[in-house]
Amino acid sequence: MYQFSGKLKILSIVLIIIGALGIGFSFFSAPKTVQESKEMIAAKASHGDAHGSEHATANNHDAHHDAAHDEHVFHQMQNKPWSALYVSLIFFLGISLLVLAFYAAQRVAQSGWSVVLFRVMEAITANLVPTSIIMLLVILSASVLHWNHLFSWMAEGTFDPTSEKYDAIVDGKSWWMNTTGWTIRGIIYLVLWNVYRFFIRKNSIAEDTANDGNKTYKKNYHASVIFLVIFMLTESMMSWDWIMGLDPHWFSTLFGWYVLASLLVSALTVIAFVTIYLRSKGALPSVNDSHIHDLAKFMFGFSVFWTYLWFSQFMLIWYADIPEETTYFVARFNEYKLPFLSMVVMNFVFPILLLINSDFKSIPWFVVMGGIVILAGHYVDFYIMIMPATVGDQWSFGIPELSSLLFFLGIFIYTVFSAFAKANPIPTGNPFLQESEHFHYFNIEHRGESSDNHHH
Amino acid sequence: MSSSKVIHAFYNDDEVLLDAVKTVKAAHHHIEEVFCPFPVHGLDKAMGLAPTRIAITAFMYGITGLSVAIWMTNYMMIQDWPQDIGGKPSFSWFENMPAFVPIMFELTVFFAAHLMVITFYMRSKIWPFRKAENPDPRTTDDHFLMEIPVHNNEEELTALLAKTGAVEINVVEKH
Repeated sequence: MYQFSGKLKILSIVLIIIGALGIGFSFFSAPKTVQESKEMIAAKASHGDAHGSEHATANNHDAHHDAAHDEHVFHQMQNKPWSALYVSLIFFLGISLLVLAFYAAQRVAQSGWSVVLFRVMEAITANLVPTSIIMLLVILSASVLHWNHLFSWMAEGTFDPTSEKYDAIVDGKSWWMNTTGWTIRGIIYLVLWNVYRFFIRKNSIAEDTANDGNKTYKKNYHASVIFLVIFMLTESMMSWDWIMGLDPHWFSTLFGWYVLASLLVSALTVIAFVTIYLRSKGALPSVNDSHIHDLAKFMFGFSVFWTYLWFSQFMLIWYADIPEETTYFVARFNEYKLPFLSMVVMNFVFPILLLINSDFKSIPWFVVMGGIVILAGHYVDFYIMIMPATVGDQWSFGIPELSSLLFFLGIFIYTVFSAFAKANPIPTGNPFLQESEHFHYFNIEHRGESSDNHHH
Repeated sequence: MSSSKVIHAFYNDDEVLLDAVKTVKAAHHHIEEVFCPFPVHGLDKAMGLAPTRIAITAFMYGITGLSVAIWMTNYMMIQDWPQDIGGKPSFSWFENMPAFVPIMFELTVFFAAHLMVITFYMRSKIWPFRKAENPDPRTTDDHFLMEIPVHNNEEELTALLAKTGAVEINVVEKH
């Protein structure tokens, strides 16, 4: 059995505390009034920040416009700590969810190679519980408590034709985009995912000692089939509700898949990281270089898949250039040029050049190096999905964003490794275990791993 | 080579063949060729063959294809006759780049795939009307054949091969 080391535990708690303090600080330092936000912009401008001065000069047209602009900027700055939290939350929640979905897919595919990694994947899905709880709190604070302006359509008067803030376009979508439905749907997604996770974790451990002619195994198989269907539906709707809903005037049909691809490649990278770490600690004796190689192959493949969907979405909108769709990318290309372009390099060019070589894919430090860039790239991806809609040109990467990342990383380390320590690291009752232990990719032989057990 | 004699040892099971290859290699005899009706997993490793470099050639062909596509789109659409077609920005290649990506992708794959296949044909010496080099027609159906050149050690080799489970051992004159 694996022992969750004291050092790692302390590290995770330190990360959580530092993160929580940083998050608290960012909420505290966000402007409370329009006046305060104006002063902050002015202070930034006086430091020679081209960004702020541009605003100061460009908006001297008339008093009314000025006031409206000030309030707009004020809301953006108020949204900053919320958005910083939200990006990291969606990122970690989504990764845990996609590890769960990948795990379910491995069960349904009855794949032979990945069985020795099942406990790693199960342990990672333990992070779904705390992130779901925090997500629930964020959902409620946005919709019921109105503590933030992340979702512009939740503002009062949006659906009221007599109001100054009436938005006919959003009103036309109110059969889907209404606070009550949105809140209930969000809770349903979270409950469905957690129910499957709870069930499969319990029954996967039960499988170890079941000895019932694979009855438990088959039950887990059927549960995973049902989950995958539910997952595909809820994942699409989740991405409309939680991410596309931030830009209520914009829509894209492949958005759900795009979010899926981004989270899936991150999830595989995280599986590879946790596997490589645990293997280096001797906790996964039956994992060999071939398993790492297969994970890296998935990282490579889904990096390309992400790029395919990202480009398909971008190119179709760029090509037709219909104003109502193009604004989405205009905002991102004008105000987020550096992260927008570097994301493509980090998520596509780098992994494709690094992980295309079969030999490199089985060298752990190479996989880790590629993985760090992939994870950073996909964080930026979610940053660019969320931030332009909530903070606009007021974006930056500082204490709020970093502390949210650390906070969720701490929770991740704590939940994942304590969950891994709670069960047998080898799923002994799985009928494909032996195949997985002997899994061997043909050209890794020359790196010291014999394939002699392969033929007989 | 002074001698043109070879031994043909026949096997009817790939596992037996693999063990035989290992035995012959362990006795330090050179194996000229092994004929199989289907790919035998691990045979190349047992024979000590060098890994193929065809993937590396494919990568370079792919880069060639990509370069051709970039040059072609830039020359045709930007340099030679930069028309306004439906408002697409043809002032520079980068501005209109997304429209060129499909052709860049396809040409990369086209070059990588086709040139790699042609490389394979050339290196394997396969082409139409080439004379088949089967020492025995059974090797295309259900027999495996190991060919070992003989250097005045016919008896020793025959004895060794007999022990490895060969179903038939022939010494033939190669021309």
